[in-house]
Amino acid sequence: MDLKVLSQSGGCASSGCGSSTDRLTHLPEAIRAKVNNHPCFSEDAHHHYARMHVAVAPACNIQCHYCNRKYDCSNESRPGVVSELLTPDQAVKKVLAVAANIPQMTVLGIAGPGDPLANPERTLETFRQLSEKAPDIRLCVSTNGLALPAVAEELCKHNIEHVTITINCVDPDVGAKIYPWIFWNNRRIKGRKAAEILIEQQQKGLEMLVERGVLVKVNSVLIPGVNDEHLKEVSRVVKAKGAFLHNVMPLIAEEEHGTFFGLMGQRGPTNAELQTLQDACAGDMAMMRHCRQCRADAVGMLGEDRGHEFTLDKIETMEIDYASAMARRAEVHAEIEANRAAQREQTGETFVSLSSLKRNLKPKSEPRPVLMAVATTGSGVINQHFGHAREFLVYEASAMDVRFIGARKVDLYCSGDTTCGDAETALQKTIRTLEGCEVVLCAKIGYEPWGQLEAAGIAPNGEHAMEPIEEAVAAIYREMAESGQLDRPKAEPQRMSA
Amino acid sequence: MAFKIIEGCVNCWACEPLCPSKAIFEAKPHFLIDAKKCTECEGDYADAQCASICPIEGVILNGMGVPVNPPGSLTGIPPERLAAARAEIQAR
Repeated sequence: MDLKVLSQSGGCASSGCGSSTDRLTHLPEAIRAKVNNHPCFSEDAHHHYARMHVAVAPACNIQCHYCNRKYDCSNESRPGVVSELLTPDQAVKKVLAVAANIPQMTVLGIAGPGDPLANPERTLETFRQLSEKAPDIRLCVSTNGLALPAVAEELCKHNIEHVTITINCVDPDVGAKIYPWIFWNNRRIKGRKAAEILIEQQQKGLEMLVERGVLVKVNSVLIPGVNDEHLKEVSRVVKAKGAFLHNVMPLIAEEEHGTFFGLMGQRGPTNAELQTLQDACAGDMAMMRHCRQCRADAVGMLGEDRGHEFTLDKIETMEIDYASAMARRAEVHAEIEANRAAQREQTGETFVSLSSLKRNLKPKSEPRPVLMAVATTGSGVINQHFGHAREFLVYEASAMDVRFIGARKVDLYCSGDTTCGDAETALQKTIRTLEGCEVVLCAKIGYEPWGQLEAAGIAPNGEHAMEPIEEAVAAIYREMAESGQLDRPKAEPQRMSA
Repeated sequence: MAFKIIEGCVNCWACEPLCPSKAIFEAKPHFLIDAKKCTECEGDYADAQCASICPIEGVILNGMGVPVNPPGSLTGIPPERLAAARAEIQAR
């Protein structure tokens, strides 16, 4: 069988602008240009470019069972959480400061901590100032969709090319289990009726944006037993209406977050459940798998948060000359693009050798796919020490291609105190995060974790430090195939429970 | 008569811009309602706006000192059904 990647004219790496499964390579040039440096809309871009959110929008017009409106926590990283609420003027100052100091920051999003469109004056004022002062930054907004039809026209005036709508259902009976109430036309509406209105507004808003040429990403929270099967229908519906990308995210529900679902003991999906659903939806729709479910005031590359470097008191003291910053940013972006082009060429060669590997295999036996975890700080290469990684990127290598599956966080949000008593150690927790992976690639790794990983059936590998991720994953897969490891089922861990 | 915000308010800002009388203001440890300005939305809206968007049960009292959103009114699960609802949800 031919490798899908090679049959495409763009010559892109298997993930990224992008993968055969994510289907972004089929896009017209104009749209690819729009997403090329947007870390949330393009998987490949997220290795190279950063984003930031400014928390200017506190109020919300609906209640979701996975959200707690008490949002001040500096130790948590999850949607809806922020530390410092900003006025539009403060937000603009912060954006310029970040853009000058983190030149790879290409996207400014407003994502809360409430609903940006339930705070239209604050949100639109921030966009208005930024489109004037920082024309090289893409503006982006994320919404529950209730107020979207009312402000869609206005959004387009502010040069918004990317909008994310959170759509968890298209059936009010499902919606009633997720949204207890909405605030609509100056009244609180509860139950099924509330979900019905919300769904209607979301769908109308989606249609209006698509008509106006805005790229729409649909976020869905996967809630086991509530909307898991239903999300396939959601994917079909939003694709038919012209949504660009579907991002199915796992429910985060811990008791200490104080959300309804957390307090009631609603479970989140397992990694396997999430991947199965994403794969099922992928038949209909381009899927986003690299979402990190970041805070409404996150700053930096998707896997990191540098918000503490840009608190209000710190940005007060920064003098920003944006004209010169913009020149420097353009240089940095050009360097990144040159680097990406070089990586694409390298990765292309890998696939040729992968396909030759396939020809060497015995007929009939299709080697099984293998999951591998990667520690990286960005730039698309393996460049992080195992012990420093707060998340791992998981790739699936098969005889057909190498594809990006998702990111797994190690400890980015609170889940109780793990440093005391009988709680599992940080290392054990990390190893549990890597469940299902057979190899972990990193720049370096200590003796202790090496031994524990091996005992857990995961082979540590530091031999591909500073190499492009997909090429290294393909090379290891090839070695595994040649040494006969793929003819055997996956090694079972010696001392791990599911 | 005036509404009152009490302890438990999470400072989410949702009520502040909605008040037709500009009676709600930011304060520590939580937002407050200026009793002299509050009209309970009479003449402006059928339902008091602050209490219609407030996401926290029990933290807004009406002029009689009674919570406008009593326990269970916002989650949709009355207290007597809470245990059963929890069991259903945990079985998912």
